[in-house]
Amino acid sequence: MKKRKKYEGLQLRKARAGYLFISPFIIGFLVFMVKPLFQSLYMSFCEVELGAANFNPIWNGIANYKDAFLVDPEFNRLLVEEITRMMVYSLAIIVFSFFMALILNQEFHGRALVRAIFFLPVILSSGVIIGLESNNQLMANLANTIEQTTEGVSITAALEDILRTSGVGVRAFETVFDIIDHIYDVAIASGIQIIIFLSGLQTIPASMYEAADIEGCTKWESLWKITFPMISSLFLVNWIYTVVDFSMRSDNQVIEKIQKVMIEQLRYGPASAMSWVYFLLILAFIGITSLVISRGVYYYD
Amino acid sequence: MTRSKEKPTEYNKKMGFWERNRLSGGYVLKRSATKCGISIARFILLFGLCFLILQPIFNKISVSFMTEADLYNPIVISIPEHFTTDNYKLAAELMSYSTAIVNSLVISLTIALLQVAVCLLVGYGFARFEFPLKKFWFACVILVILIPPQTIASSLHLHFKFFDILGIFKLTTGSTVNLRGNVLPYYLMSAGCMGLKNGLYIFMIRQFFRNIPVDLEEAAYVDGCGMLKTFTRIMLPQTKPIIMSCFLFAFVWQWTDGFYSKMFLGTTKLLSTGLARLVDSLGAYIQRMTGTLTTVSIAYSNCILATGTLMIIIPLIVLYLFAQKAFVESISTSGIKM
Repeated sequence: MKKRKKYEGLQLRKARAGYLFISPFIIGFLVFMVKPLFQSLYMSFCEVELGAANFNPIWNGIANYKDAFLVDPEFNRLLVEEITRMMVYSLAIIVFSFFMALILNQEFHGRALVRAIFFLPVILSSGVIIGLESNNQLMANLANTIEQTTEGVSITAALEDILRTSGVGVRAFETVFDIIDHIYDVAIASGIQIIIFLSGLQTIPASMYEAADIEGCTKWESLWKITFPMISSLFLVNWIYTVVDFSMRSDNQVIEKIQKVMIEQLRYGPASAMSWVYFLLILAFIGITSLVISRGVYYYD
Repeated sequence: MTRSKEKPTEYNKKMGFWERNRLSGGYVLKRSATKCGISIARFILLFGLCFLILQPIFNKISVSFMTEADLYNPIVISIPEHFTTDNYKLAAELMSYSTAIVNSLVISLTIALLQVAVCLLVGYGFARFEFPLKKFWFACVILVILIPPQTIASSLHLHFKFFDILGIFKLTTGSTVNLRGNVLPYYLMSAGCMGLKNGLYIFMIRQFFRNIPVDLEEAAYVDGCGMLKTFTRIMLPQTKPIIMSCFLFAFVWQWTDGFYSKMFLGTTKLLSTGLARLVDSLGAYIQRMTGTLTTVSIAYSNCILATGTLMIIIPLIVLYLFAQKAFVESISTSGIKM
């Protein structure tokens, strides 16, 4: 009785209007998302035969999954590589964009210009362009030539050698060097994250810093005690955005593999199985990590 | 010392830097030195990073004007010895630039308009109305953001290859309709909010509407304005910034998108798909010209690729120069929070 009363009169009209407003989404979701989603789930358990006018899936259990994991020579390797890369890079992107947002939040000349330049990659390195960028041989050749002509006098290389020979935590160093070598990739992937962090930083009232300053708090302390908790919820948003963005990039090797299997070899069943494995792994990864992060999120109000 | 404490402002103005420094016991010098040091370090860091981001574009510009001989010349690095615009002509021919740019423009514009219009409705619905199962549907929006389109690609592929609405076509004509390589499915999907990153737009728009106070709408309801009229007359005029930014994002991402374009618009000549195929078509072109089976050198194909990429991004750079504020401010004003 109480529940019925909730939607009466204006309430009912509003509820109806609400449904009307979101009806495009509901229809689209049901037709273009739910149906293909279930169909592809079903197909991942089937051998799909393509006819001239129709296609008929034949049930063959988990053969496609077995095929993907046990028979296919690349899939396991690509999956592991791609997911480790995603973890390392997402972390690097978050740290980098937080750091950049802190710098860009300061007052200095030409701030607007720098901000515009940092946002430029969001526009220029999307879609097909990023896939082309990553295998640019000409640039690599040029870099090699320059390196040879300058006879390898570089501070980073020397530092790398020293740290490598020290023999402590070599694996960790390798990862860090790898990220430093790919700082370009990190920089171009963090445009939106920087802006989100910046907008968060600007909502922190200046009076907080002032109060902390008067109490004798150093800048370093106020960074950890004020800035960090105040924008901690944005870490969650940015983390999810980064991971999702990374998992859908067109230069992603797993996705390339799936597309190759599907479009070139026309093996729909195995392709669906592979994409489901990939999707579930990503979903689990996002779920677990955001659960961990959301425990540390501090809400001011 | 005591006098300066009594009237500090008057003396500070007249005192020189070193005087003040002496009085403060070295504090002024220390502070300005750190300030100077920080700004120098910041300048170096930012200059380096900006150069890093812009360098590939500069590099492409210089490479695109080089002849093939210049590419192999170790002395030539950034300024071409033999200035030429042949690369542009060749890339334009290979991508059929004039048709492709018109197609891209038309498709990106219409798709972006459609997506923004639909997402605006949906976002408003989520922000302002209370209805049963609202949380469930919003979870679906989040799910749409999270599902990579590649997951459902294979079945969408088939879905449109044998397209049918509840078996109507099969009854009337005896066979299903093959909509693959047709533009129509993509418009249908965009109308159903399932286009490229549409979940994200819904999320952003909802966030934006939630930050607008409800009073104005309530006043409109009291004055007898209907739901739709309230939306078009009262809310729409306030949403210019978010419409602008969502439109720009939709336009730009559609312009460079390879995945949906390859899948649904395979036969239409677009800039993005043309660019993706550029190296292959260069090989075919050279084979046709020389009549022999030759492999194109990596340097030359990269040079043409750089030229093609430049030709794709030049319209976007122009757009960005004019609408830079709309891009950047939109994200900060939409106040993304969780």
